[in-house]
Amino acid sequence: MPGKLKAKIVAGRHLPVMDRASDLTDAFVEVKFGNTTFKTDVYPKSLNPQWNSEWFKFEVDDEDLQDEPLQITVLDHDTYSANDAIGKVYIDIDPLLSSEAATVISGWFPIYDTIHGIRGEINVLVKVDLFNDLNRFRQSSCGVKFFCTTSIPRCYRAALVHGFVEELVVNEDPEYQWIDRIRTPRASNEARQRLISLMSGELQRKIGLKVLEMGGNAVVGYLQCFDLEGESGLVVRAIGTACTLDKLIPGTGSNTITHTNTAPASNACNSPSKEIKEPVFSEDPTHPLSVPPTPLRTLPPSSSPPPFSPSKPCSRQSSSSDTDLSLTPKMGMGSGISVGKEAGPLKTLLRQQAQSALEQREFPFFTLTCFPPGFLVHIGGVVSARSVKLLDRIHNPDEPETRDAWWEEIRQEIKSHAKALGCHAVVGYSESTTICEEVCILSASGTAAMLNPRFMREGCLDAGGSDQRLSRQPPLGMVGSERAEGEVSSSWLGFDDASPPSCGFCHIPYDEFNMPFPAQLTYCYHCRRQKVPDVLFTTIDLPAEAAVTGKGCLIQARLCRTKKKAQGEVNATAISNLLPFMEYELHTQLMNKLKLRCMNALFGLRIQISVGENMLLGLASATGVYLSALPAPGGIQIAGKTPSDLSYDQHISTMQKRINDTIVMNKELYNIHPPECIEEVVGSPIPDRQRSRLFRSTSESSDELSELDLSHGKKDAFVLEIDDTDAVEDIQSLLTDAPMPAGFYSCNTEVMPGIYNWTSGLQMFTSVRVYRLNNANLTNQGLNKIFTDLCENLLKSLYFKLRSMIPCCLCHLNFTVAVPEEELIQVAVTAVAMSFDKETQLAADKALNEGSGENEEQLQFSMELCGESTSSNNQPTAKASGLPESAMTHSSSRVSSSERCSPLPEVRSRSLRSTRSLPCGAPVTVVKMTPLSFLPMTRIVKYLGIINMFFIRETTSLREEGGVSGFLHSFIAEVFAMVRAHVAALGGNAVVSYSMKECVFMENPNKNQAQCLINVSGDAVIFVRESDQEAIPPLITSGQTSTTGADGTT
Amino acid sequence: MSVELDVFVGNTTIMDEEVYQFWLDGYTVNDAVKVRMEGGVLEECEASAEVLRSDTMDQYRTFQMCERLLHSPAKLANQLLFQIPPHRQTMLIERYYTFDGVFVREVLGKKLSKGTKKDLDDVSAKTGVTLKSCRRQFDNFKRVFKVVEELKGPLVENIRQHFLLSDKLARDYAAIVFFANNRFETGKKKLHYLTFQDFAFCAGQLISNWTVGALDNMLEDMDVDLEKEFLQDLKELKILITDKDLLDQHKSLVCTALRGKTKAFNEMEANFKNLSRGLVNIAAKLTNTKDVRDFFIDLVEKFIEPCRSDKWTAGDMRLYLTHYTNSAHILDTFKHQVVWDRYMGVIKSCILKMYHD
Repeated sequence: MPGKLKAKIVAGRHLPVMDRASDLTDAFVEVKFGNTTFKTDVYPKSLNPQWNSEWFKFEVDDEDLQDEPLQITVLDHDTYSANDAIGKVYIDIDPLLSSEAATVISGWFPIYDTIHGIRGEINVLVKVDLFNDLNRFRQSSCGVKFFCTTSIPRCYRAALVHGFVEELVVNEDPEYQWIDRIRTPRASNEARQRLISLMSGELQRKIGLKVLEMGGNAVVGYLQCFDLEGESGLVVRAIGTACTLDKLIPGTGSNTITHTNTAPASNACNSPSKEIKEPVFSEDPTHPLSVPPTPLRTLPPSSSPPPFSPSKPCSRQSSSSDTDLSLTPKMGMGSGISVGKEAGPLKTLLRQQAQSALEQREFPFFTLTCFPPGFLVHIGGVVSARSVKLLDRIHNPDEPETRDAWWEEIRQEIKSHAKALGCHAVVGYSESTTICEEVCILSASGTAAMLNPRFMREGCLDAGGSDQRLSRQPPLGMVGSERAEGEVSSSWLGFDDASPPSCGFCHIPYDEFNMPFPAQLTYCYHCRRQKVPDVLFTTIDLPAEAAVTGKGCLIQARLCRTKKKAQGEVNATAISNLLPFMEYELHTQLMNKLKLRCMNALFGLRIQISVGENMLLGLASATGVYLSALPAPGGIQIAGKTPSDLSYDQHISTMQKRINDTIVMNKELYNIHPPECIEEVVGSPIPDRQRSRLFRSTSESSDELSELDLSHGKKDAFVLEIDDTDAVEDIQSLLTDAPMPAGFYSCNTEVMPGIYNWTSGLQMFTSVRVYRLNNANLTNQGLNKIFTDLCENLLKSLYFKLRSMIPCCLCHLNFTVAVPEEELIQVAVTAVAMSFDKETQLAADKALNEGSGENEEQLQFSMELCGESTSSNNQPTAKASGLPESAMTHSSSRVSSSERCSPLPEVRSRSLRSTRSLPCGAPVTVVKMTPLSFLPMTRIVKYLGIINMFFIRETTSLREEGGVSGFLHSFIAEVFAMVRAHVAALGGNAVVSYSMKECVFMENPNKNQAQCLINVSGDAVIFVRESDQEAIPPLITSGQTSTTGADGTT
Repeated sequence: MSVELDVFVGNTTIMDEEVYQFWLDGYTVNDAVKVRMEGGVLEECEASAEVLRSDTMDQYRTFQMCERLLHSPAKLANQLLFQIPPHRQTMLIERYYTFDGVFVREVLGKKLSKGTKKDLDDVSAKTGVTLKSCRRQFDNFKRVFKVVEELKGPLVENIRQHFLLSDKLARDYAAIVFFANNRFETGKKKLHYLTFQDFAFCAGQLISNWTVGALDNMLEDMDVDLEKEFLQDLKELKILITDKDLLDQHKSLVCTALRGKTKAFNEMEANFKNLSRGLVNIAAKLTNTKDVRDFFIDLVEKFIEPCRSDKWTAGDMRLYLTHYTNSAHILDTFKHQVVWDRYMGVIKSCILKMYHD
């Protein structure tokens, strides 16, 4: 019996009238955990019952504590017939199992019914006493912390990043069991909710076990998904990154540290901030610097094959029909480390060192999108894999083996793609599925990267000081094992010094003589020492230290393709055949839109492909930026195939003019003014391109390489041939993208590059739209237009709705598309609008221009602080700081319950007279929600645990509830309310990294019915507002550093 | 292609005050969109009519979902469904309970019954207030009435606490409840010139002077009804007109005081007995519920109209009523000074408020 769970039912309020005759309710509560159930007394004839129950005690295994939720059911007592259920509350007690998270759950929870929605609230107290050492019971993994946040959580430091963890559990879907035919919808929905809650608990426990095995204590970037496979089952799967996190002791240095994390850190040129960041991630006083990196020594570098063999990319290109990978990685580019002869051995060395660190790992994947400074060495590019599977072919649907094998296959593919790009790891990794009937597409994507091995595994990591320190004292192992030691160590030193963080990640990781795909390499525009590609696509967030010119913006590629209705294998083949074309077109669109905005890199790229019965939808979203290290993008040229025709020429030239005008306009809009010196240093892209071709021919090229060249060279990103109908379409979609209204910016990453002075004003929202295609005989082009308009209109609506927040930026704009039925397209968006301060922004822009686009990230911090004074009126209620606020809730709930102890029901209570206090004295805790990992102008002081909730809502009176919109509107509002209530009960005042993972909506208007499933997750936190006092000193320092940074470039 | 479903839900509930007003005023979505378009929001934000429509629908839906809570405003503060900043909550409540002067004039003093509600379409046609808005306002009156009816204590305070309204609005509601409870006649043609604010002022006077709660706030009683004992005492005032000597004495005292101070002196002197009879008779009859209902019409017929036809100025009226009240104290055989003051204090301020065109 390692644990005792205690629950107390205090009171209820706003209960629904269950007895029509008396207009009152005789409520009582059932508290269930596992197989044990307790009941409270019936509190007769009241809508605000005061149960004040005893403590109900459950003695349970900690395994159960992790798996099971606490189930609270509120019922109406009926003497003559069965008791009517009012609703339920499921409480996940996992946050109570970690010593660092919450200690008590206490507060008002909405009572939820799958048919009626929220029906009043119930006040509950929950505590857990854990008895003995948990580690002896290997079935449980109590104490492992989970974070949805895809970066190192704010008040922790990463002592060690262990790597990828994944797990998958399968169960029969209650909705498809035979019993479902005879039971009520309510019972069926509840069975499903309960099952998923259980499965999530189990999944989390199993992942926790894996983390403990690896020696970690936390999972960061935890991503849990449901696959509603239908007949074949219900799958809950999760991936994450196992880490060992150390809590930062709040004290002298830690505040500044959190700042450095919150606001992107410094570049290498300035020493003050470097000193701040060093202790955060790397310096570990318990491990002296002299400890040799043992894994390195055990692996003689000569024995490991050159990781970048020419055959690898070929296999990637000629991959099976059910996957498409050929296109995305093409864009991936990284860094050539050096041009000299030592490039080979050096690169190999670096790779070997990292490889050895990653060797033990099956999949060197990281779900993180944001990294400690120095973690990311180079970025190769996006790698992705898709695979079409048939669900009715699963031999043993109740067992996870088949699905495990599927994912294994895909991950292997991703791994090999990364290798082909000369990278040993994949960052910003995510997995997803789309299911239509029996066809299921599994997708995985990430960014191939070279990582700094120090963070990886004991030997390497703990030996390190900072980047710089490591480089100046070459590890013993390296010196010993490598023959050309002097040369290597010096070049190692040189390499590290030569790759400032602001551009180092852009440098290609692969061999420039042996490129996996044709790319135009130039010398880095920042350090001028290493090679960089012309464009860079990634799935991660923009590294904080990256040098960016101007602002970024959301770039979307949208695509719709019709497909014949088919079944089984035929259907799967048809889809498989369509996928590569879709990816190719999405990619071309992204490329063109990027050029049109005069940008050269994409971050946070997310490509979603959704299957319907007769169409496929593709939506790629990313944030475009102009990386100062990369060459300026060339314009877009339109070429006609029949140049003789005069009117045709004219048409082309007007098109060309429009495009050119747009580019100029966009440059202005996004404040992209790259320094002029660029042209003189390196030639125009064309000779460069020729050069790269030349290199390729001299290297040991193979057939596959020329094949590659074909696929890319045929359709140059710069030249659009107008004869091609696709090209016409491309141009149309290029030019129909409406510009954002003044005062708005948008991105799908954590924050917008180029905006620094956030105020505390923020508004998280979810918007869902479903369109019905009335005309069934639509062409691809027609569908494309509809889909594009749909997305554009949705964005326009968002801008309009949020106009009061101007100037503001829509951050983390996350679009999800689905084809719920044959003629329906569903688009769901969750994002946060954050307002910033115009005044200080202008100053920042100015400073930025002075610094020639260099190192502007630093300003973010200082500007944030400047904004503080002006921000306060944006959200007056949400201002109060975390701790006092939560304390207030507790006290106020106590007050209100004592009030209600009065024996007289409301209206009859004449004696109370006018002194009768009204509940306005007990305000509900304001809970902020954001999809980002932080809240501007605040400091997260505590993570209270993960929020992972699944709700089903069903109605049989759709019209009465305001139609489909009314139904979904209230359901989403209810989900928000329940999330807020759970966070408040944990003592928190915000949810960060919030996301709506699933929103499955089904309707049957003829039967007046609708059903919706929503899954949301996030991290419950306590934040406090940054006080002015704390803010002043860093303001000065960062002001200094920004000038230093500017000096450094000249 | 058609939009099947379109929702937007913010963590903090977004509400546009302008749209809220349209909704309160009973505009249909289409009408509201039209007005908004004319208002120029579109140019300001580069939006299309479609966007505006979607936004309006969304807001209307939000308001409809909030309406249930607005019926018992105290719930708005501790409900969990919508996260609304407190100042917004106050705005929502205040606006929801705000009513149109023209509308309230139509139902003031009427029984807040189903029958009256059925006639609201006529009221709507007459006042130009949409039927939807009429219904909301009527239901508000009824709701406040029902809640306060059951409660003891100061009326205004009860309303303010229970419905979280501003002091001004709470006072107006107190007047409405008071009028509805006593069924004062306000619809007669002769009373048409009076505004709701005139009546509200008078109601305030009556509530704070003639009800039980008026004398002692600590008493566990309510001030929706006039104090029975006081009404009974008012009968005693009849002596002022039945006793010939007293009447003459009173007249001479008033005339002495007024002489030379006003142009209307002759008319005052000539009408004194009539006017005095009018006022005292009103007082004496107030024990009858029927006569209570006619209180305002009586005041107008018996006092205000004669004075108006004699072209008294407001100053004349004040002067006359002051001396008329005060002179009664000098009458040595008149023993009902306290009741007289209590009666005349209210009558004086009511008449002064009501004496306009």
